[in-house]
Amino acid sequence: MSRLTEFLHGGLRVCASGCTALLFSVAPPAHAASENVAQVGDWKGIGRAATPAEVRAWDIDVRPDFKGLPKGAGTVARGQEIWESKCATCHGVFGEATHVFTPIAGGVHSEDLKAGHTASLLKPTEARTTVMKLSHVSTLWDYINRAMPWNAPRSLSIDEVYAVTAYVLNLGSVLPDDFTLSNENVAEVQARLPNRDGMTMDHGMWSVKGKPDVRNVACMKGCAVDVKVASVLPEAARPAHGNLADQNRTIGPVRGVVTAAQVAGTAPAVPSQGVAMLQLANKGACLSCHQIETKVVGPAFREVAAKYKGDPKAFATLIAKVKNGGQGIWGAIPMPPAQSLSDEEIGKLVRWVLDGTPQ
Amino acid sequence: MSALPRAALPGRLQRAPEGFLQPAQIREVAAGRRGFLRSAFAAAAGLRLAGAARAQPPGEEVILRPQPWATSLGQPVAAFPYGQPSKYEKNLMRRESPGLTRVSAASVAFSPLQGMFGIITASGLHFERHHQGWEDIDPSKHRLMVNGLVKQETVFTMDELMRLPSVSRIHFIECGANTGMEWGNVAVPTVQYTHGMLSCSEFTGVRLIDVLDHLGYDRKKGRYVLAEGGDGSGMTRTIPMELVESGEVLLAYGMNGEMLRPENGYPLRLVVPGVQGVSWVKWLRRIEVGDMPYATKDETVHYVDLMPNGQLRQYTSIQEAKSVITTPSGGQMLLDKGFYNVSGIAWSGRGKIKRVDVSSDGGRNWRSARLETPVLSKALTRFNIGWVWDGAPAILQSRAMDETGYVQPKINQLRAVRGTRSIYHNNAIQSWQVAQSGEVSNVQAY
Ligand code: HEC
Ligand code: HEC
Repeated sequence: MSRLTEFLHGGLRVCASGCTALLFSVAPPAHAASENVAQVGDWKGIGRAATPAEVRAWDIDVRPDFKGLPKGAGTVARGQEIWESKCATCHGVFGEATHVFTPIAGGVHSEDLKAGHTASLLKPTEARTTVMKLSHVSTLWDYINRAMPWNAPRSLSIDEVYAVTAYVLNLGSVLPDDFTLSNENVAEVQARLPNRDGMTMDHGMWSVKGKPDVRNVACMKGCAVDVKVASVLPEAARPAHGNLADQNRTIGPVRGVVTAAQVAGTAPAVPSQGVAMLQLANKGACLSCHQIETKVVGPAFREVAAKYKGDPKAFATLIAKVKNGGQGIWGAIPMPPAQSLSDEEIGKLVRWVLDGTPQ
Repeated sequence: MSALPRAALPGRLQRAPEGFLQPAQIREVAAGRRGFLRSAFAAAAGLRLAGAARAQPPGEEVILRPQPWATSLGQPVAAFPYGQPSKYEKNLMRRESPGLTRVSAASVAFSPLQGMFGIITASGLHFERHHQGWEDIDPSKHRLMVNGLVKQETVFTMDELMRLPSVSRIHFIECGANTGMEWGNVAVPTVQYTHGMLSCSEFTGVRLIDVLDHLGYDRKKGRYVLAEGGDGSGMTRTIPMELVESGEVLLAYGMNGEMLRPENGYPLRLVVPGVQGVSWVKWLRRIEVGDMPYATKDETVHYVDLMPNGQLRQYTSIQEAKSVITTPSGGQMLLDKGFYNVSGIAWSGRGKIKRVDVSSDGGRNWRSARLETPVLSKALTRFNIGWVWDGAPAILQSRAMDETGYVQPKINQLRAVRGTRSIYHNNAIQSWQVAQSGEVSNVQAY
């Protein structure tokens, strides 16, 4: 067995110096396998060479040194058109929206472009937008190219990705209105990014040899003499996750705490309409997206009642909508078809929503 | 009994009374009126207890009266060709945390740790985190491409990958954002939401190093691997080659004896033991060997840790040692004073768990718990320890130590270094406060 095949078969885990040079100076067999099986075995015929077209089709990543970035260009103005037709429903016209995801743009100031650090990352109240954190243009270009629009990834052309990347950076106060972003000037744009120097690798959590930054000691007796409860669950958060009694086993050493019922003693013998309907809505998983008063993923039930007040067709339309799902009335986010509810139950729920969710 | 607010309890009407206790009953127990428990079987028989005076029945109905399951013919084999949990177990399911994310295709479903045993996560309860929804990919159309700094850029089918030498290994997977909601303050009620982005399975697959060796990768320059998913998000993460060379990184297709579930990356995912879940790229379609890190979206604008000085720590990946008590835990109610088996899990991204200590007085005094075997590297380890609750308020905590000697920190120690605005890598000691009523709740105590 030659050193090369031995090497290729993992027989030599640690190579003597010169081994890599040897490997890359010898023309390999079409498949790096041989007659002689060391530990791994003869893999001849397993796997085939990727064709250049296949590699081009899948190797789409763009690195910080712009390796992988295809040639192309796009203007901020063209980017605005794309943004407003394909992105703004979810991200907002100014990249400010929070109903689908965190804001994309905002929080960057002109001093940041000079500093290379986004100052507002230090402000506890400021939402952390994408552009505030962004340290590489390649990251933004690559991500839009591979994954956006969210519901139709890989549908933009190369030039469209340049244009809309330019527009996101324009919304983010990095590029002027008349800018054309291209593979030629992308390095200059990199040099303007507000948070280009905002990353650090000074930590021990990547390398297996890295050292942890926080240390505790395993004291056993009389350790913290003055234990304080510094934070407790806010009262409002207790029922926010539904009835915890329904999230625990009904046998065993403990039970889940009842968090969704009225106070003992004041409870009526029969569940009120409101409680019964909430149970039904819970069974139908509606409450993961809807609340009575506030908009979550879907509109607040009160908003729905207000919108369709006095509309005689609403009852039938909404039953069909809940049954089959749909989108476009309240925004771009779709509602999935209702599961685990009968038609009758859906009817009851819709009636209750339209009646203004009485208690 | 008649004063019990049964009707007010959602979903409670149909259940047999012996299966659960109502809040008022729990309060009676907590107040020491245990006689109530003895009379519970009478209630089970549907008897109404009118006041105090009544004769002791000769025994429990469930014993004295033949039950339907003992007096009838049961279901045939393969009634469910793919088995299901008991209908009585439906409370334990994956759940989202309301308000955490905006849309459920870019969201998290948490594992119900509060009701789980041992170290293996039932595949149907494995936590979910998707960035662009999940897909059920036709495995005959799935390909793995390996390109970049290899002698021969190569495509594998699943048929081919599954022919290669396989290994099976048990490892935990934890999302880097697990417990992230608690960096600032207590935010969520139960261990499902505080720690449920955590699962542990036996994974089967091919060692990535064997494939790279076979293809002749450039050991000198090829110090990084990019893993890319085949779904719409095309999830990409950089893995340092030193991890791959350790032989631990797997191209996995098996999970707990069956193929991966679609939500977990069917038919192929990367397994990167000790490293946060986002690097365990699902629906894996491509491995690229390169000479620099890739700064992808989920290692540049997310999964970065904001430090008090405004710098973002990039490529923080290894999950430091951590533990949590799962029984009893937040949102649960102790039914009585007396003995409890305090049980929980511990894990470390740097190796094996060496010791877990448990305190019931908020961290003043500690006792070492019993570790259940097997104790495996970068896997969950189950711990148990007896505790007698005297009915007084208590604060339960667990503290893990791994084989490197690292001791799980307190939240104030973490904050002293990293501030309060980080989202990721909160491995702080968890405190559960037990109130006199028996109710257990989430607190931060130090
Ligand atoms: C249907 C809703 C939707 C549409 C339309 C959409 N996006 Fe997104 N976008 C999302 C979601 C959801 C995420 C977060 C994905 C995740 O969790 O990884 C996201 C993430 C992003 C991000 C990364 C932000 C960050 O901080 O991680 C960028 C940049 C982005 N979108 C740009 C665009 C552009 C440009 C378009 C139009 C071409 C677009 N989006 C269209 C929903 C949408
Ligand atoms: C996954 C999230 C989700 C779930 C679960 C969900 N909804 Fe919706 N719902 C939405 C969204 C989003 C909209 C807005 C759709 C639109 O814009 O057309 C909506 C809209 C509605 C509307 C108003 C429809 C219209 O056309 O104006 C009603 C009524 C409604 N939902 C009831 C329900 C009920 C009842 C359930 C439970 C069976 C339920 N929803 C479950 C997300 C959800």
